Amino acid sequence: MNKIVKFFVSLKLTVTLLAFAIVLVFVGTIAQADEGLYVAQSHYFRQWLVVGAHLFGHKVPLILPGGYLIGTLLLVNLVVAHIYRFQLTTKKIGIQLAHAGVILLLVGQLATDLLARELQMHFVEGETRKYSESAGQYELIIISGDEVTAIPERILAAGDQLKIDSLPFTISVKSVWKNSDVNFRAPMLQNAPPLTTNGVALNFDFKNAIEVKSMDERNIPTMVVEFSTPAGSLGTWVVSDWIGDAALVEAVRNTYAPMGLEMAQKIAAQLIVPQTIEVNGKKFTFTLRPARVYHPYSLTLLKATHTVYPGTDIPKDFRSRVLIDNPQTGEKREVEISMNHPLRYGGYTYYQYQMTAGEAVVKAGQAQSSVLQVVRNPSWLTPYIGCAMVGVGLIIQFLYHLIGFVSKRKAK
Amino acid sequence: MKKWIPIILMFAMALWFFSKLQTPPDKDFAFSQFARLPVTANGRIVPMDSLARNSLLEIREKQTLNTEPWKSWNEKPKIISATEWIANVMMNPAVADTWPVFRIDNPDLVSLLKLSEKGEHSDGKHFSWNQIQPSLETFDKENKRVQTVEAANRTAFENAVAKMQQRLARYVQLKNTLQPADAQDWPAQLAAFEKLIPFGVAAAQAQQAGKPFDQQTFTEFAAFIQSFQFMSNFDPPLILPPDGSVNWRRMGEALLDAPRGVPVDGAIRDYAKMVGALAADQPADFNAALKDYQLLLEKDQPKAVAKARAESFFNQMEPFYNAMVIYVLAGLLAVFSWFNLSETLRRSSVWLIGLAFVIHTVGLVYRMVLEGRPPVTNLYSSAIFIGWGACLLGLILEKFYKNGIGAVVSSGIGFITLIIAHHLALEGDTMEMMRAVLDTNFWLATHVVAVTVGYASTFVAGFLALIYILRGFFTKTLDEATGKGLARMIYGIVCFATLFSFVGTVLGGIWADQSWGRFWGWDPKENGALIIVLWNALILHLRWGGIIRERGLVVCAIGGNIVTAWSWFGVNMLGIGLHSYGFTEAAFKWLVLFVVSQLAFIGLGMLPLKWWKSFGARKSNLASSG
Repeated sequence: MNKIVKFFVSLKLTVTLLAFAIVLVFVGTIAQADEGLYVAQSHYFRQWLVVGAHLFGHKVPLILPGGYLIGTLLLVNLVVAHIYRFQLTTKKIGIQLAHAGVILLLVGQLATDLLARELQMHFVEGETRKYSESAGQYELIIISGDEVTAIPERILAAGDQLKIDSLPFTISVKSVWKNSDVNFRAPMLQNAPPLTTNGVALNFDFKNAIEVKSMDERNIPTMVVEFSTPAGSLGTWVVSDWIGDAALVEAVRNTYAPMGLEMAQKIAAQLIVPQTIEVNGKKFTFTLRPARVYHPYSLTLLKATHTVYPGTDIPKDFRSRVLIDNPQTGEKREVEISMNHPLRYGGYTYYQYQMTAGEAVVKAGQAQSSVLQVVRNPSWLTPYIGCAMVGVGLIIQFLYHLIGFVSKRKAK
Repeated sequence: MKKWIPIILMFAMALWFFSKLQTPPDKDFAFSQFARLPVTANGRIVPMDSLARNSLLEIREKQTLNTEPWKSWNEKPKIISATEWIANVMMNPAVADTWPVFRIDNPDLVSLLKLSEKGEHSDGKHFSWNQIQPSLETFDKENKRVQTVEAANRTAFENAVAKMQQRLARYVQLKNTLQPADAQDWPAQLAAFEKLIPFGVAAAQAQQAGKPFDQQTFTEFAAFIQSFQFMSNFDPPLILPPDGSVNWRRMGEALLDAPRGVPVDGAIRDYAKMVGALAADQPADFNAALKDYQLLLEKDQPKAVAKARAESFFNQMEPFYNAMVIYVLAGLLAVFSWFNLSETLRRSSVWLIGLAFVIHTVGLVYRMVLEGRPPVTNLYSSAIFIGWGACLLGLILEKFYKNGIGAVVSSGIGFITLIIAHHLALEGDTMEMMRAVLDTNFWLATHVVAVTVGYASTFVAGFLALIYILRGFFTKTLDEATGKGLARMIYGIVCFATLFSFVGTVLGGIWADQSWGRFWGWDPKENGALIIVLWNALILHLRWGGIIRERGLVVCAIGGNIVTAWSWFGVNMLGIGLHSYGFTEAAFKWLVLFVVSQLAFIGLGMLPLKWWKSFGARKSNLASSG
């Protein structure tokens, strides 16, 4: 057996990797208090090499193999050892099965990591949605008539100049804020000049904000861009998710509700006035909004229900009654989606995620709405099978030892 | 004779347990009957007894009330039951307000409230509403400031203020459960209100229509309405049974419904009679009104009555507390049996553990039936279940090895986990309702139970390892056979722990996949469970590779105690993630202490064998025989 194979088969490698995994998981958990769950995930687990850590409010200089490295090595170790040591005997069958299960779990998680897509669907009662939205990815949308050009936010960095063949102008990115705040520019009260002299910036102030860490909050990006043709500039404009995302526009409206509903409505309406440029007689409107995935069917939220235990505000149940309308199959049926009872449809799974409903919401005069988590994960079944294999494998092995032990005892 | 000692001992303890099942008879007021009345609190139907105990735990950190805490126990201070206390808070506040029920440990808070220090009629720690009331304005000011400080950044004093605020709020809430807290003669006031309703409604309607109305009637009526609204604002327990619909009702809200045409019903009247009788110190009237109300309930709400009775019996039984006492006794006997190797002592211990285990099991099953849930629903019940599982494993080990080791494991872990449960119970209702995503018996029964069995068995392996080191290092009782036997037990239990912690952890992932589409989210609680799996797998692979042998296995198994304690309690203290339950500072202190102690044992376990008493003894035996 050559040295490389010997290295990968060795139990010492397994043990070392397990030990590193324990340290990594521990460090990655503690760091969540400082870095937030989401950042910690990509810093420690979805990573090949971890350099430096935040622990208990301090920066700690350390170097650790990341989750990808440990996982991959462990997988190689398992597979190679499996091939070299494979024996089909009753004594070994349980162990073999258990390890095969672990391999399946690791492969499944790798596949999930590469293939799974997490989206969301927000709707108010009565609304119909044909698409799901990303919870962390945005796109700059440029619409002209029926033509829609979507530019992913991640390829737009400050200082970039972009020329897209289908568009008769270039886009220069002036600044990019990963997270931002918005405020109405009250007339007469403003001293600072507006961010740009076009469109929405005349009525609203956009400010850079600290990036959020926790899983339940999200960043709301804003950019300043300039459009230009060889003939000259078409002006500098603000594009923001604050404008492109209906849920956020609703949030802005609610912020100004104390000034009176009519006023709030007016402010919200000004926020979404389309921003337009004109080139060669063709009009282009543009905005920044969450990246969309369109479905060949639509979902309509019929009813959002939030029940609590009597006399308390402890939530008992969240459920959304939804109408599926699929013109391809002719389906038009109602389903209930609730906690622990997702809907699997069209290759996606729809989970009850957040909800603004119930007596308190109705009393406050707000619309009842629901957010579904929409997940596409082609390898979702692997943990089920992997778990069963490891469980059965370990039970076989365990019983084998136990029976041996008990009969030996009896023989004494 | 020797043969019978263990059985006689067990029967003696069983008798002791049964004697505690009897409720002591009531002297005058039938508080033991009052204790069994159903009410809806915390989202579920509970007996008055549970409401009383949980409220008293929150306010005084005890389930009974000592009304003369400045007396030492041999001066026989007057101790009353939680039910007698709550009955007076709800119906006779003039008396209840004089009882020193608020526990205050923080000396700065004591001086802020200008309370007396330890003296003739004060123990410096427990104070009555009447003593605190004059300083409430000062307290409110301080509390307003504290509420703006984030919970994690509060000082000890600020924490004490926040806690005091909750205690005061609970007390005021209870005072407004049955009558407006400031009512002087509630039955008379209720009658006056009823009489006033038609005139009051007419006056109010006239006032709104801008027509002339009787000012005095209007003012009186408005005062009633205001005081009932005030009552409801505290969100007190739902004390009144449903009238027609399915929902229990708050007293304040039911009274507000009266002018809308919902008649004042028997339940309201019976409670008012009880209030009058208790305030006037008329036990016979009180008991008669109580009886009437019970008859009414039995007719309309037989299920609620049965449920409340069952839970109140459970409270009286205190199975976990009693099992804990027996575990202590059994553990001591088992440890002694190691030294003089007396089979009678060992057997006595095993029989007692059997008894404690039966009581423990009865408690566990009774709780499951009461809740209609699998055994583990929160941190408290996880402690109960870990103790139960560890005790069972210990008994199985004892059956095979008969060397007193399994007995010590059973009684030791049984005792420790029940003590932990006892302290967790101080947090309040231990049978609280499950939040939406947790409201699924299937996953509670599979994932949660499997993970908890994983915890229990990892602790058993760690406890066995502690026994190995304690006996090996400090005594000469760890002979070669015992040492090998212990190592074999540890190995077997680690295998078992690996199976359950692995399956439990993956099932948790599958649950997460079912409820929000993410099999693994690196949430702290998930990671804690993963570390246990990895740790156990590491031990097994180290052993298979021959990298560790007997002593290495023992030392690693103690590490299992640390990772399990971390996963069980440590991750909750990070205060992040979907699984966090919130935590108490005391728990953090104990966790650190536990981890340090385990590290010390690991250090001890790695010391050279020549310093170990048992191994020294083995060598000299060899020398003398050779």
